[in-house]
Amino acid sequence: MARATDETGSNRPRLALHVPEPRYRPGDTVDFSDLDIPEPGRQPRPDEACEAKETFPLCNDLIRVLGDDHQAHGPWDPRLDADTLRKMLREMALVRAFDNRMYRAQRQGKTSFYMKCTGEEATSVCATHALDGDDMIFPSYRQQGCLIARGYEPVEMINQIYSNKADKLKGRQLPIMYCSKRLNFFSISGNLATQLPQATGFAMASASKGDSRIAATWVGEGSTAEGDFHSALTFATVYQAPVIFNVINNQWAISSFSGFAGAERATFAARAIGYGMAGLRVDGNDPLAVFAAERWAADRARANAGPTLIEHFTYRAEGHSTSDDPSAYRSAEEREEWPLGDPVTRLKRHLIALGEWSKEQHEVMDDELDAQVRAAMKEAEKNGILGHGLHHPFHTMFEDVFEELPWHLREQAEQAIRERRIKFPGDPAE
Amino acid sequence: MNQMASEVATESTGDVREMNMIEAINSALDIMLERDPDVILLGEDIGYFGGVFRCTAGLQEKYGKTRVFDTPISECGIIGVAVGMGAYGLRPVPEIQFADYIYPGLDQLVSEAARLRYRSAAEFIAPMTVRSPFGGGIFGGQTHSQSPESIFTHVSGLKTVVPSTPYDAKGLLISCIEDNDPVIFFEPKRIYNGPFDGYYDKPAKSWKGFPQAQVPTDYYKIPLGKARTVREGEALTILAYGTMVHVVESVAREKGVDAEILDLRTLVPLDIEAIEASVEKTGKCLIVHEATRTSGFGSELSALVQERCFYHLEAPIERVTGFDTPYPHSLEWAYFPGPVRIGEAIDKLLEA
Repeated sequence: MARATDETGSNRPRLALHVPEPRYRPGDTVDFSDLDIPEPGRQPRPDEACEAKETFPLCNDLIRVLGDDHQAHGPWDPRLDADTLRKMLREMALVRAFDNRMYRAQRQGKTSFYMKCTGEEATSVCATHALDGDDMIFPSYRQQGCLIARGYEPVEMINQIYSNKADKLKGRQLPIMYCSKRLNFFSISGNLATQLPQATGFAMASASKGDSRIAATWVGEGSTAEGDFHSALTFATVYQAPVIFNVINNQWAISSFSGFAGAERATFAARAIGYGMAGLRVDGNDPLAVFAAERWAADRARANAGPTLIEHFTYRAEGHSTSDDPSAYRSAEEREEWPLGDPVTRLKRHLIALGEWSKEQHEVMDDELDAQVRAAMKEAEKNGILGHGLHHPFHTMFEDVFEELPWHLREQAEQAIRERRIKFPGDPAE
Repeated sequence: MNQMASEVATESTGDVREMNMIEAINSALDIMLERDPDVILLGEDIGYFGGVFRCTAGLQEKYGKTRVFDTPISECGIIGVAVGMGAYGLRPVPEIQFADYIYPGLDQLVSEAARLRYRSAAEFIAPMTVRSPFGGGIFGGQTHSQSPESIFTHVSGLKTVVPSTPYDAKGLLISCIEDNDPVIFFEPKRIYNGPFDGYYDKPAKSWKGFPQAQVPTDYYKIPLGKARTVREGEALTILAYGTMVHVVESVAREKGVDAEILDLRTLVPLDIEAIEASVEKTGKCLIVHEATRTSGFGSELSALVQERCFYHLEAPIERVTGFDTPYPHSLEWAYFPGPVRIGEAIDKLLEA
């Protein structure tokens, strides 16, 4: 193509393409002091059944409850009892212990892939506590906390991660792409944001049946750029579907900072304004604020007052996955300088400040959780690790493509079994 | 000539009425909304208005707005919410207004609906029937004429169905809605109102008086995966579906060729036994579709016939298809695989 030259133009100014650039790259000194972090307790809490527009100021605010004094402040304090707080703390700590062990298991070659959610535990664990058990969760790939909070057994998760013979998903899915109908946890897709219109559809179905179940879905801020996000929010607002959209703004989509999803111009919560939908922007590292926002949205949905978009403002403390090396594109200082702290530490200090917990109890708990995860790993390893032969039988590869096996898949299954007999003569296993 | 379906899983016992394909589809939807409270219809303009082709006329009035409703103009949204409705336990029947518009919903079909049963080890399923008018011959230009069936037949986990008569449209659609797998149901819009012999310059015919338009008013099913023998013959086998079934039938009649014509009806799963039996009998095979040629479903059919019937073949397999161009508006009939193109291919096969 021809390049504009001085001759071709008139006296119009030259255009310039803006390509976003994150503030800090590897080696840079990080300073987050100009981030607008409001005082906890200052954000108003409208009634759950309010007009959507009453929430719009909150889309550019940040709902916070826990202060630097480790106490809960303001109208968003969910006033949870100490047992519930300790349960949430324990589950967040279990998620972290699980992540650490599974990360190492991948490095030891026991599986192909793993994804941690370090620093984001509150956005899944505490949000799930705010829902009812029969509400349907449509997760993205970093919501292991939802499963843990619903009581899924770590050994089942590890069986899935190892794709072994006890994997309930028959070794078909990439590690961490869990699914549990029993716990109302929808099957995770590797294609981003597809779960959003699905959650809307579930919510529409529930409403059309006069049921009381709602749907909650999670998506990263980067994936809000997908068309599915727009479709889902449009349908949700058109039909006033009882659905909660949790946008986990952890600042990074692999190596692309949130600016590539539009964060230089607007908050993600502010997307709600254009749809006329309730929107909340919440400190995602504040377990109480996350719980309170999610419960507000759940109550709103259940009262037929419509959907809510919640932006959880947080930070992805680790790499995107075991296949990622964040030191190649962002400053290592970001994690330490992140001004909203760590959700596990914040809830722990809150409980200690309440006189309901102690450092010693926390250490004992961490040891217990690590032992629990290690025991689950041992148990799962009896069923095999990836690539060591203890997988589901070959014929299962062809099952569940359709409800019934059509002729062409039957022929292909015979081929696969024949190949196995040639490769492993005398092996009685299928 | 065997005009009627040879395999009917569930025989109707009630009244029979003459219906065009639109009325037959409407009747199928009506019956399924009545029989199954989990059936739900959604799509652009399908509610109060009854659809741009009138397939859902009167159904919102009869079953209410929460079971038959209009949607935003978002095919991604339509298919995506249908997946979620399936997860809830409903049996959605989304309409995509034209097959040409289905592409924004492709990811939800290919990566989600088609894969959900597999990836969840059957914990969740997506039992949806996506209805969509397809094909040309109505001066629809390049964005209202396409036949994208091979995009879907290529996807594991999807079934693809194309009726060619009112009778089949109703029985097949009921089977699709009751099926627990996602089905793409392509409705050949050129023959909604009457069969088409390929001569665009002759007056359009209605379904009036055609035996295939005699449609039982109550419930019956035609099983998926079963072809229909349109006519028996010895000279060659013609494989077709949708509009082209009528065109090839007319050409064969005109030329006085003793052709055996199979209306495939279901592309996936395919009735391979019927195809093998026919080609083994005639030794010659012509494959006809309106869609573009390269990587069209005819390529798959040709490969299957070659692999499975090679020693019975007396001539190379012939394919007659649309050209590998977009469907042009003014030159629509130059694009359409009409009687001349089909006639040439038949001659070539018979002379071989």
